[in-house]
Amino acid sequence: MSDPIPDREAVRTGGWRQRRPSLATGAAAAVVAVVSLAVLWLALRLAGFDASLALGALWRGSFGNWYALTSSTLVRATPLVLTGLAVAVAFRAGVWNIGADGQLLVGAAVATAVGLALGAAPAWVLLPLALGAGAVGGGCWAGIAALLRTRFGVLEVISTIMLNFVALDLVGYLVRGPLQEPSHAYPQSNPISAAMHLPILIAGTRLHWGFVAAVAAAALLWWGMRSTAAGFRVRAIGANADAARVAGRIDVARTTTNVLLLSGALSGLAGAIEVSGVTFALYENISPGYGYTAIAVALLAGLDPLAVLGTGILFGGLEAGALSMQREASVPSVVVTAVEAALVLVLLALSRRGGSTSIIGRFAGARPSSEEEAS
Amino acid sequence: MTGALTSFLEASVRTATPLALAALGELLVERAGVINIGLEGIVLGGAFGALLGAGSNSLTIGFIVGCTAGVAVAALFALFAVTMRADQIITGTAVNLLVLGLTGALYRGLYGATGAALTIPTTGSVAVPLLARIPVLGSALFEQPPPTYLVYLTVPVLWWWLYRTHSGLAVRAIGERPESVRVAGVDTHRWRWVTLLVAGGLGGVAGATLVLSQSGTFAEGMSAGRGFIAIAIVVLGRWRPMGVLIASLLFGAASALQYLFQAMGWRVPYQLFLALPYVLTLLALAGFAGRKIEAPASLGHAA
Repeated sequence: MSDPIPDREAVRTGGWRQRRPSLATGAAAAVVAVVSLAVLWLALRLAGFDASLALGALWRGSFGNWYALTSSTLVRATPLVLTGLAVAVAFRAGVWNIGADGQLLVGAAVATAVGLALGAAPAWVLLPLALGAGAVGGGCWAGIAALLRTRFGVLEVISTIMLNFVALDLVGYLVRGPLQEPSHAYPQSNPISAAMHLPILIAGTRLHWGFVAAVAAAALLWWGMRSTAAGFRVRAIGANADAARVAGRIDVARTTTNVLLLSGALSGLAGAIEVSGVTFALYENISPGYGYTAIAVALLAGLDPLAVLGTGILFGGLEAGALSMQREASVPSVVVTAVEAALVLVLLALSRRGGSTSIIGRFAGARPSSEEEAS
Repeated sequence: MTGALTSFLEASVRTATPLALAALGELLVERAGVINIGLEGIVLGGAFGALLGAGSNSLTIGFIVGCTAGVAVAALFALFAVTMRADQIITGTAVNLLVLGLTGALYRGLYGATGAALTIPTTGSVAVPLLARIPVLGSALFEQPPPTYLVYLTVPVLWWWLYRTHSGLAVRAIGERPESVRVAGVDTHRWRWVTLLVAGGLGGVAGATLVLSQSGTFAEGMSAGRGFIAIAIVVLGRWRPMGVLIASLLFGAASALQYLFQAMGWRVPYQLFLALPYVLTLLALAGFAGRKIEAPASLGHAA
């Protein structure tokens, strides 16, 4: 079949080397953030809310005080960074994994199942086993999409979206069936044993060691993408799959599969960490759409793993602050979803104007081909 | 037994209606070489628009506002994905998030944080004289709310436009080789805009159908993946109007199976039925392996 995936040929591998954080990128990111906040302020005013109170609450609930920063923002940022990395590595390879949310759910479910089955095991056995199982679970879920793509030519854009819904129904079934708590009153699992709880990172806060895992994953991926042969293969097939196959002798199907497995494993790990660090049980709505927000996180970071850490924390802060905005100023918290989307759109618009030297020059994997055919 | 079968068929067509409307629009867009993931947001926007419009106690205004909302969302997508030549999948994803956030915030802002259950009157079924009296199939196909008849109308019109008119040929050519068409003097951006706006209208009506002909209420994120399923339906229907109609009916039937099972008293976890359409799509798409897939060649590329 002809390959409807866009833009492979458009991506310039060379772009990667120029993509280091610079003053200009920082400035562009600041402009995007300020513009979005201004738009939010205006929208709140127009909708009749007390905009100053609301934005104040947003600040206090996110970065404005130590407890909110550690116990809300960074806790919330942990799954966003991990799924953001999952999306970034996939998009970098030109693999459109929209399924981070489903992979996270499966990871959470598998980790919970392992935790409940081996509840008596000591922490040093149980915790790594459950987190590992979550990663494997998420990887397998993404592996379905990889198999469909490489064997049957099914576009991963469509298959990963479909698998998100299947995963949601699967978790819905588990928490009302095999994994439901014994009284059968609530759609949730039994609490996991204390041995599976992630230890607290900073005493007196709710910040757990999962955040350290997210930071480590970001650093590792940044290094791996830049300095290893596997990272080069990922960038090469994202840049131009045909050239990678012909000139680079790269097995595109195999690299695509590996990328999807890695991407799914990162998302699955995010789910397992969410269970063992935050919720301590499996719930149907354990993910408020982390895997979808992750797409915005990854794009805003220009698909750069280290930058994902920054945008993940930014979005974690936005979402944490939104909750306090809802409490203090009765502004519906979902409004930040619109703000996140607006950020991506502003970025897309800037990228058309600013050329490839701006922050958006990093959009490599994501730009339409065709400067040459511009009308 | 006949009763169960009839209600199964009725439910199939009812569920298929919004899917078919959205998918027929997406078919048109994809024939012009654009993949619009933002369809999910269009359907959701249409549903919310219908809620706003129906506040005037007029169902017609509800459908009009729903349709307009769909067009507006599609215009936003077109502005970025066509005019600014931004990546289509990224634009679509952003549009979906934007609509999800905006409708959710507006809904809670306008109707209270709890989202107190709203009830909107719904369109009744309209029976087509004579045809509705065909045994078994008659009431399923011809005793449905008005949007179903819009589907029956859109299929031949779309077919005629795409295959029998000059502009339809231009649209299909844009989907295959936009550069050549541009050289021939056709404004590719304009036609992509036109197809997107038409699809926005159809997707908006699909969303309005959910509110005004089916549930009689609005819920946050109530499009619930129908836009995404519609995109899969276009692939299943091989980018042809008739194929899309048949694929939509298959989907409707898969979703309606749960009513049949309930009626027959078979106990199966209901999540299985919820997941069935998605699993079925994946299996059906995988079943195309090795066969020639006639996707428009420029699908996903800027023109």
